[in-house]
Amino acid sequence: MTEEQQPRKSGLRLLIDAGRPRATRAQVIGALLCGLLGFALVTQVHSATGLGFTTARQSDLVDILDSLSSRSDQLRAQIAAEQTSLAKLTGGTDQTEAALEEAQQRAATLQILAGTAAATGPGIDLQITDPQHQVAADDLLEALEELRDAGAEAIQITGSAGAATGTTPTTGTTPTTGTTPAAGSVASAGATPTAAPGASGHVVRLVASSFFVDAPDRSGIVVDGVLLAPPYDIVAIGDPHTMSTAMGIPGGVLDTLTAKGARGTVITHDAVQVTALHQVPAPQYARPAPAASPAG
Amino acid sequence: MIAAIALAVGVVLGVILHPTVPVGLQPYLPIAVVAALDAVFGAIRAILDGIFDDKVFVVSFIANILVAALIVFLGDQLGVGSQLSTAVVVVLGIRIFSNAAAIRRHLFRA
Repeated sequence: MTEEQQPRKSGLRLLIDAGRPRATRAQVIGALLCGLLGFALVTQVHSATGLGFTTARQSDLVDILDSLSSRSDQLRAQIAAEQTSLAKLTGGTDQTEAALEEAQQRAATLQILAGTAAATGPGIDLQITDPQHQVAADDLLEALEELRDAGAEAIQITGSAGAATGTTPTTGTTPTTGTTPAAGSVASAGATPTAAPGASGHVVRLVASSFFVDAPDRSGIVVDGVLLAPPYDIVAIGDPHTMSTAMGIPGGVLDTLTAKGARGTVITHDAVQVTALHQVPAPQYARPAPAASPAG
Repeated sequence: MIAAIALAVGVVLGVILHPTVPVGLQPYLPIAVVAALDAVFGAIRAILDGIFDDKVFVVSFIANILVAALIVFLGDQLGVGSQLSTAVVVVLGIRIFSNAAAIRRHLFRA
């Protein structure tokens, strides 16, 4: 036939010729093997789909375990880094809060010093009766300076309302510590103002800028623009013992007052209250300098 | 023709029976399948070259499978099983590709 003469037949033809059924033993065995191949192929595909770690080799499992553990190491390092930054941020917040607290404390202290906040604490009550109106501004100034020297931290002066008020009271007029000059020198200065003489008068907080001027008609003393008439009542917060000693030194405030016909009485208290406030106008020109912020 | 029919029958049987591979055979079955595929492709090429021989096909088929399984077994014993199976698969894959290229040239003259 032409097949023997033409060895290079078309490929398809060759395949079909080879596939022609012949009942030779080799053909049967080949078919068997092909069937086996198909069977094994499908079986393997089946077992390969969805197989877990049960069929994996030991080395593969070790590899997987290695990669997992290195991955978990990475994640753990990441966790540590994140926690560090978290702690840093939290610490920053704490520092900010601490700084804020400190600033608030400083502000409170400065407010007491500037006279814009009420204060309480141990102190003395210096009551000056001056029936003859002989006490001059100098005497009160001296008393004030003595009190400051003795460590007074907050001072206010109360006087009965002057007859002629040329000026309006600029401060809160809460009369405080109207303690009657009782025999017991230590009395708790209650918040209830008793009706001491002149208790309904004006109260002035004494600050760094306070001034004393004699009233023109000798009716009293103008303190920070407020006319105060005797009797005067000076309340100072500080070490009561030091201040009372400073008042009573020979030739001191009390002696001077006595010499002028007035009478000064010092009463120490465990707690006095300075509630008069000093109005601080906002500075018109001065501004806080931005330089050199105080370190935290 | 018979071979193709037998292949199809084997596939159908596998789908229907859905056998589970014995644990001892699990590492060898995929390699054996690839080796058998190589033998089949070689047989088709031999047919197209006109040098096909039934006996050669049967022997090469079985020998391929056995040698592949042996290599994998040896690799497992030596502790390089996965690497050797990869090597076997690569080599057989290359052979399958070259056989397929020869078949393609015969069939499509390209």
